[in-house]
Amino acid sequence: MASRRDFLRGCLAGGAAAATAVLPETAAARDSLERPPEALGLLYDGTLCVGCQACVAACKQVNENPAEFSALDKLWDTPLDTSGRTFNIIKMYRHGTMQTKDSEQNGFSFMKTSCMHCADPSCVSACPVSAMQKDAKTGIVSYDPDACIGCRYCVAACPFGIPKYQYDSPTGKIGKCELCRHRHKDGHYSACAEVCPTGATLFGRSEDLLAEAKRRLALKPGEKTMIPRGRIPAKGETPEQAARWKGLLDQSYEAVAGNYLQHVYGEKEYGGTQVFKLSAVNFQKVGMPDLPPKASAATSETIQHTLYGGLVMPVAVLAGLTWVARRNVAKAEGEGQEEQK
Amino acid sequence: MSAHHPAVPVGGKLFNTATFVCAVLVMAMVAILLVRFLFGLGAVTNLNDGYPWGIWVVVDVIIGSAFACGGFSVAMLVYIFNKGRYHPLVRPALLASLFGYTLAGVGVLFDLGRWWNFWHIFSPAHANPNSVMFEVAVCISAYIVVMWIEFSPVFLEKWGFKVQKQKLEKVLFIFIALGTLLPMMHQSSLGTLIVVMGPQISPLWQTPVVPLLYLLSAITIGYGVVLFESCVAASAYRREIEVPLLEPMAKVMLGTLALYLVVRVGDLVMRGALGHAFVPSLEAFCFWLEMACFVLPFLLVGSTAARRNPAKLFLAGVAIMVAGVLLRINGFLIGYDTGLGVDHGWNYFPSIAEMMVTIGMFAIEVLGYIIITRRYPVLPRDAAPAAH
Repeated sequence: MASRRDFLRGCLAGGAAAATAVLPETAAARDSLERPPEALGLLYDGTLCVGCQACVAACKQVNENPAEFSALDKLWDTPLDTSGRTFNIIKMYRHGTMQTKDSEQNGFSFMKTSCMHCADPSCVSACPVSAMQKDAKTGIVSYDPDACIGCRYCVAACPFGIPKYQYDSPTGKIGKCELCRHRHKDGHYSACAEVCPTGATLFGRSEDLLAEAKRRLALKPGEKTMIPRGRIPAKGETPEQAARWKGLLDQSYEAVAGNYLQHVYGEKEYGGTQVFKLSAVNFQKVGMPDLPPKASAATSETIQHTLYGGLVMPVAVLAGLTWVARRNVAKAEGEGQEEQK
Repeated sequence: MSAHHPAVPVGGKLFNTATFVCAVLVMAMVAILLVRFLFGLGAVTNLNDGYPWGIWVVVDVIIGSAFACGGFSVAMLVYIFNKGRYHPLVRPALLASLFGYTLAGVGVLFDLGRWWNFWHIFSPAHANPNSVMFEVAVCISAYIVVMWIEFSPVFLEKWGFKVQKQKLEKVLFIFIALGTLLPMMHQSSLGTLIVVMGPQISPLWQTPVVPLLYLLSAITIGYGVVLFESCVAASAYRREIEVPLLEPMAKVMLGTLALYLVVRVGDLVMRGALGHAFVPSLEAFCFWLEMACFVLPFLLVGSTAARRNPAKLFLAGVAIMVAGVLLRINGFLIGYDTGLGVDHGWNYFPSIAEMMVTIGMFAIEVLGYIIITRRYPVLPRDAAPAAH
């Protein structure tokens, strides 16, 4: 019967759309994006950190964020985690008697929590209105409240739990570290690195920071070494280039190498990040998630662009559906039930 | 049902217990929303940075739009697969879809933290085509417009615009085609929303075939909702249940459901994720609950005799709706863990106020459905007298 043939046509038209959903790994497939060559970032070394929280206070000050209280007396800024108004905190790992620094057993350790500035950020991929953007040159992941619709997809997407929303305000914004990009034009770099007294947080180009991290990992624990503070100069940096940034050129001092785990956190995690971390204590124990080397943004965008790239697939399916619908509408709207069993 | 039954208004009073209760619930919702817009999301919801999306997104929008797939599923059956006999089911199903989607669209605004910028979604200067959310938002908005056009013959008929109605019906096939394509696009993409969340979602729900799973389940839910609504409408308006239509449609539903289950189980096995279902955890428990609900319709209406039983049709419809709810809540909330367990552990359970808003949204739907079916030609003419 004619109706059976039409049914099969319908199957073809309808099935085509469904079938395409299972073919994500095709032409539009993309790998995780890489860091731009001049990418800026931070290196945090947990073995050098003394937990003074100068970076937390400086971050609050330059970003004009208010204090947040977790204690009853409300005398000190005591945020327990990053929030819509706290972009950087130092978290502490504690175990047993807490006698030895950087020991997993009966020890303690520190870890900085702030934006990792991913090479292929989930928040940027997720944002429907381009409020989250990654700078093509510096790679800084920035936020524009004037573009933001407040959907909080970025909050849900980030595996580091970094973008956070201000739920207590009717006009709440997303808050996150932007590497103090608003201070760069005045020659200031990330406030956390500027104020760090031990060089535990260092600002610079990701490439140079990664080299410095690997240099430290190659040292023997306890070995004496020079540790830079503030900003690490770019490889082959000229005095003119250095003059762009304020502060003393060389603030390095002699310290001893920590008992590092042989892992630069951020080198490969989730497609790589521009902020790196060194630790003597297991990264998951100090609060850094165990992530695969592929960025989920790559998987998500591969699926999206396979299905909707150039709107080819939707238009083709629409053409098929229109053709079938045109034939069938007249019949169905006609004098009644002509379909035979 | 040998002859084509034209749709007619049900008639009867608009003010009764059901509409009164709905109106009260809607007013409660409006009051809560006032507080939300004056003092922020935190004033009424239990949302936090570990669970930035609560029931306003997952239930009102993601589940609400899936429940609103009746119009899409039945229209596809009638106009694409040329099953003309289901035509009497199109209008009531489309009406429920129209409400479901329009409210899902409005519901998004309640949840948007910076709602006054909402129009940026439609502004080329802001659009991010890489974003799944962008695709979902544009597609749902377009579908709402298309559905109003698809449904407009009902109003044109009632208001006596015969010429306009005839003109529209000549090009209606374009909107019917669009009305099939657009839900395919965004119902699948609603699933793709979780892909970028990566390993934060349990492997029981995080998969590259998630768009196909959400699409197939949405189509199946569409039929389940029609079963549910037909039974409820028949019971509330004391009309005959359209068993001769619902029986074969339930069979179609079992077909799409079987396809869904093949993809679902096949994917879990191929990715080697099934092991996560056998560890003692809340995720595993919720997974089995979800799977049980997806299998239940086979036990309830597996035989032709059972499909002629209105009570079993109703229960099968409810089972598939609950299954769809669980798939979405499990994927977006139960199976979601910000920071992959290394942070201090976030919790979320919706506040009373949050739930009242969700309930209020469903109350608007019920209220609108009652008013329109009583006053406009939506439901097929019935031999039994209209309700009081």
